[in-house]
Amino acid sequence: MRESELLQQARRDFLLTGAGGMGGMALASLMHGAETVNPLAAKKPHFDAKAKSVIFMFMEGGPSQMDLFDPKPELQKWHGKPLPESMTKNLQLAFIKPSAAVLGCPRVFKKHGQSGMELSDYIPHTAAQADELCLVRSMFTEAFNHHPGQLLLMTGTTQVGRPSMGAWVTYGLGSESKNLPAFVVLSAGAGTSGGASNFMSGFLPSHYQGTMFRNAGDPILYLSNPPGVSNATQRASLDALRDLNLHRQMATGDPETASRIAAYELAFRMQMAAPELADLSKEPQATLDMYGVGKEPTHQYATNCLMAARLVERGVRFVLMMHASWDHHTQIDKKLKQNCEITDQPTAALIADLKRRGLLDSTLIIWGGEFGRTPMVEIRNTKEEGNGGRDHHPHAYSMWLAGGGIKGGQVIGRTDELGLTIVEDKVHVHDLQATVLDRLGLDHLRLTHRTMGRDFRLTDLGGNVVKKMLA
Amino acid sequence: MLRAIIFANLIGSLCAADFAREVAPLLESRCQLCHGAQQQMKDFRLDRPIPSEAGAKILERIRSAKSGFRMPPVGAALTAKEIAALESWIGAGAKWPGDYRPGGKSGHWAFQPLANTAPPAVKNSTWPRGEIDRFVLARLEKEGLQPSPEAARTVLLRRVSLDLTGLPPSTDEIRNFLADTQPGAYERVVDRLLASPRYGEKWARHWLDLAHYADSDGYEKDQVRPYAWRYRNWVIDALNKDVPFDQFTAEQLAGDLIPNATEEQRVATGFLRTTLTNREAGVDRAEDRFDQLLSRVNTTATTWLGLTVGCAQCHDHKYDPISNREFYQMMAFFDAAEEAEIEAPLPGERRRWEEAMPAYLASRGHILERNGIAELQNTWEDKLRAAIAKPGTDIEWDFSVTSMTAMFDRAKKVLLTDPAKRSWRDRVQLTDYFLSSMGPDFGRVPEIRERIADARQQITKLSAALPKLTMAMAVTGDAGYRGSHMRVKGDYRITGASVVPAGLGVLPPVSAAATPTRLDLARWLVSNDNPLTPRVIVNRAWQEFFGRGLVATSEDFGTQGERPTHPELLDHLARGFRDNGWSVKKLHRAIVTSATYRQSSALREEIAAKDPGNLLLARQSRLRISAELIRDSALTAAGLLDARVGGPSVRPPQPAGVAELGYGRLPWNESEGVDRYRRGLYVHFQRTTPYPQLMNFDAPESNVACSRRRTSNTPLQSLNLLNDPVFFEAAQSLAGRVVKQEAAFSTRLNNAFLMALGREPDTLERERLARYHDEQRNIFEREPQSWPKAGATKEEAAWTGVCRVLLNLEEFITRE
Repeated sequence: MRESELLQQARRDFLLTGAGGMGGMALASLMHGAETVNPLAAKKPHFDAKAKSVIFMFMEGGPSQMDLFDPKPELQKWHGKPLPESMTKNLQLAFIKPSAAVLGCPRVFKKHGQSGMELSDYIPHTAAQADELCLVRSMFTEAFNHHPGQLLLMTGTTQVGRPSMGAWVTYGLGSESKNLPAFVVLSAGAGTSGGASNFMSGFLPSHYQGTMFRNAGDPILYLSNPPGVSNATQRASLDALRDLNLHRQMATGDPETASRIAAYELAFRMQMAAPELADLSKEPQATLDMYGVGKEPTHQYATNCLMAARLVERGVRFVLMMHASWDHHTQIDKKLKQNCEITDQPTAALIADLKRRGLLDSTLIIWGGEFGRTPMVEIRNTKEEGNGGRDHHPHAYSMWLAGGGIKGGQVIGRTDELGLTIVEDKVHVHDLQATVLDRLGLDHLRLTHRTMGRDFRLTDLGGNVVKKMLA
Repeated sequence: MLRAIIFANLIGSLCAADFAREVAPLLESRCQLCHGAQQQMKDFRLDRPIPSEAGAKILERIRSAKSGFRMPPVGAALTAKEIAALESWIGAGAKWPGDYRPGGKSGHWAFQPLANTAPPAVKNSTWPRGEIDRFVLARLEKEGLQPSPEAARTVLLRRVSLDLTGLPPSTDEIRNFLADTQPGAYERVVDRLLASPRYGEKWARHWLDLAHYADSDGYEKDQVRPYAWRYRNWVIDALNKDVPFDQFTAEQLAGDLIPNATEEQRVATGFLRTTLTNREAGVDRAEDRFDQLLSRVNTTATTWLGLTVGCAQCHDHKYDPISNREFYQMMAFFDAAEEAEIEAPLPGERRRWEEAMPAYLASRGHILERNGIAELQNTWEDKLRAAIAKPGTDIEWDFSVTSMTAMFDRAKKVLLTDPAKRSWRDRVQLTDYFLSSMGPDFGRVPEIRERIADARQQITKLSAALPKLTMAMAVTGDAGYRGSHMRVKGDYRITGASVVPAGLGVLPPVSAAATPTRLDLARWLVSNDNPLTPRVIVNRAWQEFFGRGLVATSEDFGTQGERPTHPELLDHLARGFRDNGWSVKKLHRAIVTSATYRQSSALREEIAAKDPGNLLLARQSRLRISAELIRDSALTAAGLLDARVGGPSVRPPQPAGVAELGYGRLPWNESEGVDRYRRGLYVHFQRTTPYPQLMNFDAPESNVACSRRRTSNTPLQSLNLLNDPVFFEAAQSLAGRVVKQEAAFSTRLNNAFLMALGREPDTLERERLARYHDEQRNIFEREPQSWPKAGATKEEAAWTGVCRVLLNLEEFITRE
C-alpha cells in the first residue's frame, strides 16, 4: 500500500470509530505529514545514472594482490633475499621492516577470457568471468592498519565518526524499496576490525545507516513478533496504535506523528517481506548449486551472495557484504586457499546470476579490501616451515569492479616488477569512491552535508572519477 | 522549501538589511574561502569594497542555475533571501563600512563581550513570570504573535519530570500535584525534582555525550575499560551536588593539578580519558598518542567554546580565527599530561581490600615460587629488553614487543625500570602480562608452557576472590615532558616549530605564566573575560528544554554556525549564570519556571504559518525523548526500574550475534537480577558493537563530542519497541500491575494510562481500547495456547496487548 493510500485508509477507519468532526487544521497537517512521511523516498540523482544499486563485496583484512590478481614472476627470483635499500627506503609498514626478505609466489597465473586477463589459479570461477571484470591493479591508500584503512575506504577519512559509503548513497538517492531497508549489510566469517563504522551513518541521520541482515535468528533485529503474538494480533495492535496516534495528532497538530505511523506500517511490511526474502526454497536447485548454497565450505557466503542478488532485485540500494578475514600475516598460501574456496564460486555465481536476472547492467559490484599485502615475507614463528605471511601494503594493491556502467574485460594500472609501487594509473580509494558515486548519477563534489561548521563529502578533500573504468 | 521561504521572510522582516548582520556573514561563509585574505581566485576578492563594474557580474553568477557557472560552486545555491541581501548591498554601491574589520575575525558576534541588556518592556504585563519571558514576549509582540496558554497540569508535570530527572511521574506524584491547589505547587515540584538523585543521572548523560564516554577502547580490539564508569559516577555526583560550573570545569581538565588534589578531583580528569585507544599491534604508538591529543583538544573546544578547532590541525582555520599555530598551542596543554590508572575506591572498599592484600600477595608469591616463574620471567624480560635495544635482530621478539606495547600502556617504561624500583602494582601487572603472553620461546617447551599456564590459572582464581578496589582512568602531569611542537600539515610524523601552551588569540590571554598549565586553561575557559563558555553552556541547557538552542548549532558558535534567535536573552542568561556562582541548578530552575517553558506545545494555525520552526517560542515544542529515556520510561511504567544510583555498567539482554560482529567477538554476558533493569545511562557501551536499542534511537556513536543529538524516525525503531523482549517484558509487567487491582475495565485503563502516559484516557481512547481488549480476549478464547507467559490469565494476556499498544504510542516516546 502506498503511503497516501495508507493515510486515506487510516482516516477512514478512524472516522468509522467515531472520531468525526476533524478540524480543518488537523486535516491540513495530516496532509502535510503525508508529504514528509518518508525520508527514504527515492530521489533524483544529479545526472543520468548508469547503475541503480551497489553490491560491495568487502574482503576485510587485505587480500594478497600478488597471489590473486597481479602476477609477479620476479618475486620467485628474489625469494629469500632482501630488496635493495634504494627500493624500500620510504616504506612504512605495520609490522615488518622494509629490509625483510621477499616471499615468492607459488601461484600459477593464466590468461582468461577474450581480454586475456591474467588471474591466479586460486580463483578459477572468478577468472571465468574475466570479461565482466574491470581489474584495477593500481589501488592505493594511506592507512596501513585495519581500522584506519577500513575507515578510509568506507568513509573517506581515517577519523571515526563519518558516514559510510552506503549511508552517503542512501542519503543521495533514497530507496527504491517499499518493504525493505535501503542499505543492507551481510556478514560472513569473523568479525571485522571496522565493526559498525563500515556501515554507520556518522553525522547523517540514522535512517541512512546500514541495516544488518543476520545469518542466524531474525534476519533483521526484532523482526519477529514476541512469542505468542500472531500476525493477526500484531495487525490488530497496529490498527489500534494507528487510530490512537491519529487521534493524538488531531490535538497536537504535529506532522511528526504521521511519520511515526508510517514507520510502524513500514515495519509491519518488513515483517511480512523479510521472511519471503530470506526464504530461498523457491530458487531453482540449479541456482543454489551455482552459488554453492547447501554445501561446504561455500554455504554461508553463497547464501549471502544469493541474498544480495535478491535484495537488489527488490529495490535495495546498497548491499555491503563483509567477509573476514584476509589478514594473512602467517601461512598465507594455505589460508588464502581456504578463503578462495569459500568465496570464489559464490562471487562468480553472483555476477552470472545478476546477468541472468537482467540486473547486472544496473548493479555495480565492487570486490576488495582496505589495502593489499607486501611482496616481503612476514615471519612470526621462525621455527616452523611454510609459515610465511605478508604484511599490510597500502602503496599498491588490486580491486575489481563489474556491472552497471563499468567497462569490463580490462585491466587498469600497472605496478613495478615486484608489486611494491605503482608505475601507471594510480587510483586512490577516494577516486574509487568518486567513480562509484558517478555511476549512480551523483557528483561526489555536490553530495555534501553541512555539519560542524563546514560541508563534508565522502571523498573528503580528494577524488577524481576514473574515466578508464567507465563503460 | 515552503518552510525555508517562510523562515527567510520571517527573518527578513525582523532585521534591517544590515551589512554586519546579513552581508558580511554571507561573504565570510560562502565567498571568502576562495576570494578572501587567504587566496584570491581569478584575482578577485570579496573581503573589501568591490569595483562597481564587478557587481553585475557577481549577481549574474549567483543567480545562475547553471552548474559550473553558478557561484558559490559547491554546497547549496544561495537562497532568494541571501541573493536579495547581496542585491541591495551591491545596489547601494557595495560599500564597506569603516568600522567593519576585513575578514570579520573579531567582529563575529560570539567573541564579543556579554551584553548587559535589561529585560525589555512588554505590553502584556500579566503573562511574564520572570525576565526570560520578557525577552521572549517582546519579540512575539513585535511579530504580532500571542504566546500559548499554559500546558495542562498533567502535561506540565510529565514534561518537567522528564526534563529534570528523565523519568515520568509516578501515579502518586500525579495525584499529589493535581491535589495541590496552593500557589507555588509547580515550583515545589521543580524543587523536589532538582533535589532528586535522578537529576544527576539525567543531566550526566548530556555531559557524557560531550565527553563521548564509552566502556571500551574503540578500534579493532575494542577492549573493555572495566573502570570507565568511575568517571561517570563522578559526573552524576557533581551534578547532584550542583558543583559550580567553574569548579566542575577545573576538576575535569586539571583536577590533578589543583593543590592538594583529592581522589575525587583526580577521578574527574577521566573526562580526558574518553579518547579512543587503538591497540592494533601494528599501530605506531606515537600516532595513537597524537590522535588522543587531537581528540582532547577538539573535545575541549567543542564542549566549552562551541568551536570546531579541528580544521586548524593541518592549516589555519578557513572561517574562524584559529590559526594552525594556535591549535598546537592548545594541544600543548594536553601534551604535558600522561595517562594514569589510579585507585579510586568506593566507600568501604579500601579497608576490606587492605585487610585481604597481605594474604593475597603471600599466596601469589607461593604460586609463582612453586612454578619457578621468577627465573622464567627474567629470561623473558631480558629478551624483550634486547629486542627493544636492538630491533630487527629477531623478528619474533620484535613482534612480542609490538604486541606488548599495544596492549599494556606503560609496558616499555616498566620493563626498563630496575625490578627493585618498580611499584608493587607494576610488578603485579608485568607478571600477569607475562603469564598471559609468555613469548615465542617458552610456548614451544610443553613443560614450561604448562607451568606458566598453571600459575596463570591459579592466580586468576586468586585475584577473582580478592575484594574489589575500584580504579579510575585519570591523567597526571608528565614528569618527562620536554615541550611541544607543531606538526606539518597535521602529520604526526613531521615535527614543526616548537610551541608553548596558549589559548586562542581572539580571546584574552590564558595566563601571564611562561608555561601555563591545564589548570590555567581551565580557569581561562571560565574567566570573566571569556564570553564563549557561559554562552555555550546556557545555550545547551536551553536546547534540552526547548529542543533547539537559542543558537541552533550548539556545537558551532563560529562564523559557520547559526546566529542566535534571541541574542539579548542568550547574553542575559549567560551573564546570570556566570555572576550567580555558576550554578547549573539555578539556571535550570529559572528556565523551567518560566512561562515560556510552561506553554502548551500544541501547534496553532497562526504560528504554524508564520513560524513553523518555532524559533520565536510562541509555544513549547514536542520532542522525541532520547534512547535512554525511552528505556527508562518503559521500565518505570512496568514498575521494574532499579533505583540504585551509579556503579558499573550493565548488559541487558540483547539478541545473539550483535556482540559477535566485533573483531574481538567479546562475549555479552547478560546481567542478572535487578541489574537487567537499570537506567539506559548504565548500559554498557561497546564502541564497535553498541547496544542496538541505543543506536536505533540516535544515541551518539561516542567517538567525538556530541553537542546535540539527532532524532530520526525509522521502522527499526518501531520493530524495537514492538518486538524487543525488553519492551515486551515491560508491557507484560505493566499489565501485571494493572490486573492486580480488582476493578472495572475503565478503572484499570485509567491506571494504565496514568502509569504509562501520566494522564487519564478520553472517551474515544476508552472506546477504541475496549474494542481492542475484547478482540484480544476473543483471540485467547479461541487460541488458548497462543499466549506464552506461564501462569498468565486471559485477562492478563489481553491487558499485555493493551499495555503494548500504550508503550508504542507516539505520545509515550514524546515529551509534550
